[in-house]
Amino acid sequence: MRLTLKIWKQKDSHSKGKFVNYSLDAISPNCSFLEMLDILNEQLIRQNEEPVAFDHDCREGICGTCSLYINGRPHGPDDAVTTCQLHMRKFKDGDIIVIEPWRAKPFPVVKDLIVDRSAFDKIIQEGGYISVLTGGAAEANQILVSKTNAELSMDAAACIGCGACVAACKNASAMLFVSAKVSHLGLLPQGRIEAKDRVKKMVAMMDTMGFGNCTNTYACEAECPKLISRSNIARMNREFICAKVI
Amino acid sequence: MAELNAKIPSGPLAGKWTQYKDHQNLVNPTNKRKLDIIVIGTGLGGASAAASLGEMGFNVKIFCYQDSPRRAHSIAAQGGINAAKNYPNDGDSIYRLFYDTIKGGDYRSRESNVYRLAEVSNNIIDQCVAQGVPFAREYGGSLENRSFGGALVSRTFFARGQTGQQLLLGAYGALSRQLKLGTVKLFNRHEMQDLVIIEGKARGIIARDLVNGKLERHFGHAVVFATGGYGNVFYLSTNAMGSNVSACWQVFKKGAYFANPCFTQIHPTCIPVHGDYQSKLTLMSESLRNDGRIWVPKSKEDAEKHRKRLIKAKDIKEEDRDYYLERRYPAYGNLVPRDVASRAAKERCDAGHGVGDTGLAVFLDFEESIKRLGKHVIEERYGNLFQMYEKIMDENPYENPMLIYPAAHYAMGGIWVDYELMTTIPGLYALGEANFSDHGANRLGASALMQGLADGYFVLPYTIQNYLAGEIRIPRMATDKPEFEEAEKRVKDRIRQLMEVKGNKSVDHFHKELGKIMWEYVGMARNEAGLKKAIELIRALRAEFWKDVRIPGSADELNPELEKAGRVADFLEMGELLAFDALNRNESCGGHFREEYQTNEGECLRNDQDYMYVAAWEYLKEGEFQLHKEPLKYEEIEVKQRIYK
Repeated sequence: MRLTLKIWKQKDSHSKGKFVNYSLDAISPNCSFLEMLDILNEQLIRQNEEPVAFDHDCREGICGTCSLYINGRPHGPDDAVTTCQLHMRKFKDGDIIVIEPWRAKPFPVVKDLIVDRSAFDKIIQEGGYISVLTGGAAEANQILVSKTNAELSMDAAACIGCGACVAACKNASAMLFVSAKVSHLGLLPQGRIEAKDRVKKMVAMMDTMGFGNCTNTYACEAECPKLISRSNIARMNREFICAKVI
Repeated sequence: MAELNAKIPSGPLAGKWTQYKDHQNLVNPTNKRKLDIIVIGTGLGGASAAASLGEMGFNVKIFCYQDSPRRAHSIAAQGGINAAKNYPNDGDSIYRLFYDTIKGGDYRSRESNVYRLAEVSNNIIDQCVAQGVPFAREYGGSLENRSFGGALVSRTFFARGQTGQQLLLGAYGALSRQLKLGTVKLFNRHEMQDLVIIEGKARGIIARDLVNGKLERHFGHAVVFATGGYGNVFYLSTNAMGSNVSACWQVFKKGAYFANPCFTQIHPTCIPVHGDYQSKLTLMSESLRNDGRIWVPKSKEDAEKHRKRLIKAKDIKEEDRDYYLERRYPAYGNLVPRDVASRAAKERCDAGHGVGDTGLAVFLDFEESIKRLGKHVIEERYGNLFQMYEKIMDENPYENPMLIYPAAHYAMGGIWVDYELMTTIPGLYALGEANFSDHGANRLGASALMQGLADGYFVLPYTIQNYLAGEIRIPRMATDKPEFEEAEKRVKDRIRQLMEVKGNKSVDHFHKELGKIMWEYVGMARNEAGLKKAIELIRALRAEFWKDVRIPGSADELNPELEKAGRVADFLEMGELLAFDALNRNESCGGHFREEYQTNEGECLRNDQDYMYVAAWEYLKEGEFQLHKEPLKYEEIEVKQRIYK
């Protein structure tokens, strides 16, 4: 495959960025998207040019490190995958591919395609956990969880914190991310005790970090590589209102 | 020379840990506040240790090279975590988990450590449930179990195919809580570069801020590293791209011993290699072997036809299929341990029965299970794995069997630690995959998660106090001491050297070349001539690296090529030690298979007379290592040939 890449290059968070064009030849359709970028970087290093910096680690769709806004879609044109699981067979010979970092104010660019997502960690630190000390746990089977709730909880807990939901949203809202954690814990009996406090604090931090609000376009759900459902947002809204009112 | 004393408590095996805890030194709460601990790595071991130490009141600094602690590679573990709960009432016990782990490790692990691991396994499940880990449940609401390789009972707890992710998020939650409370301070996008030793004790580290390239000095009364394994020495492995041996290698060069480096695990069920550009091999969880049957065509002609894409797996009749694991190991069948399954796959492929385009693959077939249980059950159990497979291979595994082949996965070897998880450097601890202690020559499935969390939640928080109780009179040290200066200078010099090579070849080029050497000569089957050749080739490659590597950009900015270069430089030294150790161990055991030492049936031939010891290597200088032995004594267990037939 022959490809033309238009890639966002930016030296650091203070510098101004711009698109740079690159061309690639003889890319196998079985190559993954990040392997295609590896090939590009190898080529750039050979030509004594600076390679393109991008975030990646596990390359199997679970660590949530990789990002990339590809042709206007977070994680590119395939559904239910992260960029590292995207394969070149989803593109055509001669394609022009535009690659940008996540575009959202709370995720400032660090370099080229790498952004800073520590705002997500900050939100989790507000209450995305159950406060239990090491060693202070009861016998595991004393806490029974209905299979239905365990499954729903797991559906929400599958979130990898990649930030695609924020990048997809015109408001840069983190509602899908936050609601996934609120749901994961809130659906379990052991998570109910702190539920009210949790939702209030996490939402407050979400606002502080500069994420926008949800206007129900559901772009987040459409682009989520882990198929986190928007119904989690509804659950969080209900929890939030109850926590504020009652 | 540091002494190799494992400090195993006396008394009967089952009472050792209790006895240790009853008599160890503790640090009182007001003194805990005055003590600083550095933790490197935020995987299961690091995150759980940092959270637990923070809860106890110590001042903790935690470092990770990733952008967030939630991304450590523990997250990729799929299948599950073992514990001796015996919920299914199928005869499990702490002793049986201990026994299976020792046997699974081919009698090359330390009895006392493994017993303790089995003992605390149940606490881990309790802890994780309390944290809200969404484990699979039965209809009545209780926890569900499944079986895994190397065991006759169902003792594996799981959260779909994402158990590692869920356990890590539990530990990350506990860590996040401490970050909020201020007991733990996080340094993300930071990489440890060197260890600082003052008066013979670990007292700090030099870390590089990966965003701006600045070197930082950090003091700690103790240093804990939980930096994972060295599987990436093979280049292609199931590890994350950033997984590295550098932290271990730096402390090794500073005097910590490296134990059993040749014990590497090749996982039997990974998606096969398909091209030169490939950067990574994806694991298909061992849990799939619960319902999948492994086979190859009986005739080489059928295999040949499949390689040429003339026929599909379905076209091969039942009687023309060789379910070789069920044939060779009727008792355990498809659930034999990983080393056995990997070798058996290699044997069939080498004999000309391999399938797929390259002939380096076997089938993992779900047809029978789908018929028996229905597609929905298989989907519920393994849905995410099947999806992952389909995305990579562009083929539907519900309709055609998966193609799988072994790949480098886990390192049983690691930094030598005593019973307290302390290395040969006082005040320096190693946890999880980074240490060597619990898995012997082969790790059983679902035991890595167990060990990472056991070390971090339930072992280190106790044992480190035994040391720190003696450090309460040592005030926090300023980082302008000469030892910090020297360490920082060493790091600076090395970075400058790397940047100044200005050669012609990329870092990846060298990493790939190293991987090829390692896989060819130090992989699933090793022999004396091959290992000697590997050592020669690695030395030559290392020399070439320092002459011809090209690192673009500068050292005072975010520079992924420089990060990789430092890691590959260390792998180029570590690979040699691995081959060295494999050459020294004239026997086959677990993941270490020397072709010269096998039974007539092609099984491992151990030599307990001469090699029932932990090989702990001391660094002398580049390419020179001194062997120290820790003899393994089995008081509780009768050492036998490991049979899964």
